[in-house]
Amino acid sequence: MSVGAPRALASSGQKPITEILHPLSAAEEPLSATVGGDKQEVGLTNGTPVETSSPASTSSLFNRLQLDDDLEADVRDPYADSSETRDLFVTVDDPKKHVSTMETYITYRVSTKTSRVEFDLPEYCVRRRYQDFDWLRIKLEDSQPTHLIPPLPEKFVMKGVVDRFSEEFVETRMKALDKFLKRVADHPVLSFNPHLNAFLTAKDLNKRQGLALLSKVGESVKHVAGGYKLRARPAEFCAMGEYLDTFNQKLGTIDRIAQRILKEQSEYLTELREYGSVYSSWVGSEDELLRPLEGVAGCVTTSCGALEDLGENMSQDFLPVLREYVLYIESMKNVLRKRDQSQAEYEGRLEAAILRKQEDRTPVEVEKCQDKMECFNADLKADWERWQSNKRQDFKQLLTGMADRNINSYEKSQAAWESLITLLQDKQTEDKTSETN
Amino acid sequence: MMADSGSNEEVAVIGNTDITSTESESNIINTMVERETALLRKMEINVAEAEKRTGKNTVNMQETYTVYLIEIRKAHKQSQRPAETVPGVGAPAAPDTLWRRYSDFELLRTFLLVTYPYIIIPPLPEKRAEFQWHKLSADNLDPDFVERRRVGLENFLLRVASHPVLSNDKIFFFFLTEEKGWREAVLETGFQDKADSRLKSLSAMFRVKNPDKRFTAMKQYSDELNTVISQLLRVRARVADRLYGVYKVHGNYGRVFSEWSAIEKEMGDGLQSAGHHMDTYAASIDDILEEEEHYADQLKEYLFYTDAVRSVCKKHDLIQYELEMAAQDLVSKKQQREELATGTVRVFSLKGMTSKLFGTESQEQRESRLAALEQSIQEGEEALKEKNTECQEFVQMAWEDIERFKEQKDKDLREALISYAIMQISMCKKGIQVWSNAKECFNKM
Repeated sequence: MSVGAPRALASSGQKPITEILHPLSAAEEPLSATVGGDKQEVGLTNGTPVETSSPASTSSLFNRLQLDDDLEADVRDPYADSSETRDLFVTVDDPKKHVSTMETYITYRVSTKTSRVEFDLPEYCVRRRYQDFDWLRIKLEDSQPTHLIPPLPEKFVMKGVVDRFSEEFVETRMKALDKFLKRVADHPVLSFNPHLNAFLTAKDLNKRQGLALLSKVGESVKHVAGGYKLRARPAEFCAMGEYLDTFNQKLGTIDRIAQRILKEQSEYLTELREYGSVYSSWVGSEDELLRPLEGVAGCVTTSCGALEDLGENMSQDFLPVLREYVLYIESMKNVLRKRDQSQAEYEGRLEAAILRKQEDRTPVEVEKCQDKMECFNADLKADWERWQSNKRQDFKQLLTGMADRNINSYEKSQAAWESLITLLQDKQTEDKTSETN
Repeated sequence: MMADSGSNEEVAVIGNTDITSTESESNIINTMVERETALLRKMEINVAEAEKRTGKNTVNMQETYTVYLIEIRKAHKQSQRPAETVPGVGAPAAPDTLWRRYSDFELLRTFLLVTYPYIIIPPLPEKRAEFQWHKLSADNLDPDFVERRRVGLENFLLRVASHPVLSNDKIFFFFLTEEKGWREAVLETGFQDKADSRLKSLSAMFRVKNPDKRFTAMKQYSDELNTVISQLLRVRARVADRLYGVYKVHGNYGRVFSEWSAIEKEMGDGLQSAGHHMDTYAASIDDILEEEEHYADQLKEYLFYTDAVRSVCKKHDLIQYELEMAAQDLVSKKQQREELATGTVRVFSLKGMTSKLFGTESQEQRESRLAALEQSIQEGEEALKEKNTECQEFVQMAWEDIERFKEQKDKDLREALISYAIMQISMCKKGIQVWSNAKECFNKM
């Protein structure tokens, strides 16, 4: 099963990744060759299938040998894993409303089960609100700038337009928060982040909001202060950028189409309701036709109900996921920009060093920059593959869900009309037999 | 086998009897209009084709109009099956055909209206397209409109041909058999005169003292039916418009999925094929709505029928009114006679007044006046008797036809509603099929 370097489970044997300081964090340890190797291994723990299209490299070889679960299993549950490698399970459920003098808000129960040594206990249960998730995400973005952080559902909702406390809204939001947390927990690097640990375990999150704000500002400062110009972006990162731009565009189009359909369906529904009521009013002047007319009115009403449900489902389940991905793409483009920055910085320093005629020995800082850049590139590539795979699952789920809902709507309508026919034809044969008798 | 399809049988199955039960099911639905009459036992009527013609109209202007081909075939008796006939003499004889335009049909109908005022005359398909949803053309020369009109005209002929009274009309028979000279024959009947006077009286306002409750109820029902069907047709057109929009917007998914598939690796094929299914979905609405027009046409026929019912009720009112007038006239004449005989004035009359003022008349004058009055009274009594008979006959025949109509309406509209339900089921099935296909493609993503 092992080829080359021993396969490392994060919770056993080798030094866990949290003890290896991240090259971009405060400590100055130069990590050269080992980083690459470890990184590769770490990138493959947890067993989440990573589909790399790169030719026979150690990592892809690893993939092929490691994966015994085929894609089928993952279709069933995108977050399922061979239980041997997964050691951190999180769930978000049980929404509850809290009313205080200052505000009203919803909290969710966050349950954790784990065998990792980083956690003191094997099980945790805490309550968190949206703000807390937002805090976590910002912290992750700050501390792991080379990684793609999964998106959160939209923060702001227009008061008066959306009811923040309606069952449907809370349900949708909760599912998105659950997905977010699961993705972070499945990530080989992010799942070891100390902020995640705190989020999952602390009774009271000491959020120190001020600091969070500061670091956000610091982030943007880093952008501007870069100042180095990028020579040539490697093709694969160009491709990523282009893909994201086009994908973003297409998502926007799909969002618009979906909204248009909702609008048209709503107008259709209005007319259909009136249509049904005309049949109902006709009943009053008829005798023999009473039953068929009432029946038709009933079927039309059923169809209206089915259509209403379809519209609700689409606006609650379909549109939010689309929008989530648009936000995701934005944050990913940000990471790509940061990667460009890191490459630019390296190239800039290298050039400066060459100009100062230090040819025999490359200064430490230039080496550090190179490491930074290479780590960034490796992280990003691994995360990109993971992201592509998740995206595929998500959209497969989303679109099959849309198809299912439409099928469901038609089925309800069909059943109503069919039972009407049966009813009327039974009556017909009844009458015929009584006539001939 | 000579099927025992006596005149009790509601449906005339014309042609071969080699039909399966499912076929006979649909046969019943298709031929529901046809009831056994002497005429239909002899002939099979079709409006087979429509053709465009150009020619000069009555004001010598060039115009384009459509003519319809009427085909008459000898009806196959139940016992005669094509297989039993002598081999070689296989195919039935070619039908007799003639061409008629819409205005010919109108003339025929007007003739029937005037000649049979107590019968609810079947309506013609609409002259101009109304209650259309936006995609359908309102142009009279549009091929879809012409086709639906062809069906409507055939329906009209079959309705008349299966009516127990109308099917025996000679002018109707000539309409089906004599292409030339038919118009002259109609005009020769002089029905125009009756038409004019009838029309005038129909529009006049008059009050009936003792209205027949049954006719009043029927008129009211007819008005209600008219209102509700108009409403239904109007809303249905709006519903069709909206549904069209919903389906067509889905076509946009086809395009965007195709564009998206271009940047994808594994997802590409699934997306692309799903996109095709979305295109299919968007295109499917055209046929669905075209089929629904048939339902709208069935409703329209009964909408127009309500006008015919109303006119029969109005004619009855007129006759009733004339009867009451005649009776009243007689009563006043008799009173005049009494006064003249006894010398008392109960009813004011100018002659009586003037004779009082300017001296009494002579015995001779009085007697001659009495004689004239007697004559008038006798005439009046005969007129009253005639009017009474006319009224009673009218009521009897009209009410018989109204009962026949009510039964027909219940049956036809019930069938129409059932076929509408079947259309809805078909639409649902198509929708499920397309979305299931799309779902399969999504699963392959």
